Amino acid sequence: MTENTNSDKAPQVGLFVTCLVDLFRPVVGFAAMKLLQEAGCHVSVPLAQTCCGQPAYNSGDRRAAQALAIEVIKNFDRFDYVVAPSGSCAGMLKTHYPDLLKETDHAEQALLFADKVFELTSFLVDICRLQTVDRDFPGRITYHDACAGLRELHVRQQPRQLLHSMRGLELCEMPDGEACCGFGGTFCIKYPDISDAMVGKKCANITAANAPTLLGGDLGCLMNMAGKLSRDGSPVEVRHVAEILAGMADEPPIAGESRPDRGKQK
Amino acid sequence: MKSTARSFKENARQALKNQRLQKSLKVMGRGFVEKRAKARAALPEFDALCQQGQAIKTHTLEHLDLYLEVYEKQLAASGGHLHLAQTAQQACQQILQICRNSNARLVTKGKSMVAEEIGLNEHLEEAGLRVVETDLGEYIIQLRKEPPSHIVAPAVHVGADQVEADFRRVHQNLPPNRNLSDPAALVFEARNMLRHEFINADIGITGANFLVAQTGTSVIVTNEGNGDLTQSLAPVHIVIASIDKLVPTLNDASTLIRVLARSATGQSITTYTTFSTGPRRPQDLDGPQQYHVVLLDNGRTEQLAGDFSDALRCIRCGACMNHCPVYQSIGGHAYGWVYPGPIGAVLNPSFLGLEETADLPNASTLCGRCEEVCPMGIKLPDLMRKWREKHHAAGGPPAMVRTSLTAWAFVAKRPWLYQLLTGMMMPLLAKFAGRKHHFRWLPLASGWTTSRDLPAPSGKTFMSLLKKHQREGRL
Repeated sequence: MTENTNSDKAPQVGLFVTCLVDLFRPVVGFAAMKLLQEAGCHVSVPLAQTCCGQPAYNSGDRRAAQALAIEVIKNFDRFDYVVAPSGSCAGMLKTHYPDLLKETDHAEQALLFADKVFELTSFLVDICRLQTVDRDFPGRITYHDACAGLRELHVRQQPRQLLHSMRGLELCEMPDGEACCGFGGTFCIKYPDISDAMVGKKCANITAANAPTLLGGDLGCLMNMAGKLSRDGSPVEVRHVAEILAGMADEPPIAGESRPDRGKQK
Repeated sequence: MKSTARSFKENARQALKNQRLQKSLKVMGRGFVEKRAKARAALPEFDALCQQGQAIKTHTLEHLDLYLEVYEKQLAASGGHLHLAQTAQQACQQILQICRNSNARLVTKGKSMVAEEIGLNEHLEEAGLRVVETDLGEYIIQLRKEPPSHIVAPAVHVGADQVEADFRRVHQNLPPNRNLSDPAALVFEARNMLRHEFINADIGITGANFLVAQTGTSVIVTNEGNGDLTQSLAPVHIVIASIDKLVPTLNDASTLIRVLARSATGQSITTYTTFSTGPRRPQDLDGPQQYHVVLLDNGRTEQLAGDFSDALRCIRCGACMNHCPVYQSIGGHAYGWVYPGPIGAVLNPSFLGLEETADLPNASTLCGRCEEVCPMGIKLPDLMRKWREKHHAAGGPPAMVRTSLTAWAFVAKRPWLYQLLTGMMMPLLAKFAGRKHHFRWLPLASGWTTSRDLPAPSGKTFMSLLKKHQREGRL
């Protein structure tokens, strides 16, 4: 485990990195650490973490999902808060673990655990009371509300509030913003035709927002939309919201090459 | 209705290619969603009403035996006849028997999803009866020999030009040069055709949105008035309804009606809301001479005792499918049986078995919009997941899927192994992808890469980088 101390009285936050951030886009994890530390938290990253178990849970393999859930609780139970840069994974830990573990010895523990789990932007705004982010981002962005964060955790206004407070940033809402992008975890592999139709509509709405950058809080959905935009030859760059908030948008965008004329943060 | 749920994937593929269907779905999608949103916004107590409605349904289902008894008593007191049907087959036979008892030849029908569920039209037609659907949408799909594609708007998949062609094909005795270019002309023609049927009908069959125990009343909500003509002009009125339609009192029915119309079509109330209690009394100006209610179980009692009892609260408003991004993409026929959309994905496996319907609860991103708009608070994504668990427990998913899942879970439970493997693999993938940072094709990932690029990993995993930073004392 690695730790980073701000002060002894700081809230102890365990960062649940999420498997997609771990594997595909580590910068999001480091951005989350930076944001949490700036908000006055003591951030720890338990090294024995892999995945929240959602692929098994949503595929009907309850037992495999339970085994992973018990591991997550074991690794994170000692923190004041558990924060994930994903509405979907945080939603799994917070709203689904109690149901998943209700018939096990960990039922009560799962309920207590659920109370301290948060999605990153909602944790920063609702718990850390962060009002503004003192950074620049020149340009227009549009924002995708990923379904689990939006409907399970009611994350909608929090990322917008933080983005609004950044100098130079203009938020352009897309039409039908609350529609699913068609990712759905294993759904996009099991039903690729339907998934493609859904992400096609989503990308048309992204294009209609007329912003060169798409942000969101869930890497799975972002990879789905970025993959479709890339295939369609769209110039829209896709990033996780934490990268922009933390001033760490120097990496190439998801699925694409970096363009020198945009996305540079000061 | 014969199920095609087993070929869901192929059905969906065809639906996505069907330009005409896609056009209809686009128009429909926005219409229903916007109308409901407006209706909800215009009624501050809408959410509270929904909660009241849920409580009414939950309470009734918990005391169904009691309310059935009261309903039966009140129905008998008003001169109606109750027929209890355990199965679809029994219900069909009972209805046919009532028809035979009055030497019926012509049956008019109001819109009823339960009638679709039991395959009533086919049964009556096989016995030599002529059955005429009188709801405009149902009339259209009956001419086209298609099943409904939506539980509220059965012909939502059909374009006006197709209806014109169907009317010209079927209504042969009308002048061929008549103008049918606008929807009003189509409605006028259907209306004229149906007038004769209403007047000549021997039997009128309707469904019921609610059955009221307090008074033995059946309630239908319609917008065309066809239900009223069906049930009051024919000498015999048969109501076909399932046991979950029961509510205790007229007040309860009123609460649910306020929720139903707003959720379904965004109306405060439908154009007609009709209460029928028993046959015509001596002082009544009109009404049927006989009033029969065929009350269908068809597995619902069993469902009530099982994992999917919450789905019995459903009032068939269709909001879940109207808001479902999967339904909006493929329409109702792809689901392959009577009930499409999220509620169909939960109900149909109960009726047809999981082997036939396994795709339905799986073909969802679990985005949660259905649950959000369901006025009866049915947690549809949770129920779909429950079906997935049953499917998995029964060894349903293909061996390839099960093996990959087991292998993944094995590794994911062992962080050291997981990090060893991913720590080696991710940098390699990143290297293969090169400066493009995505793959246009990757073995085993064709499901993704057929229509999308697959974003490549940045390079080292977060865990590798973290450990490296730690070693270097940077953290």
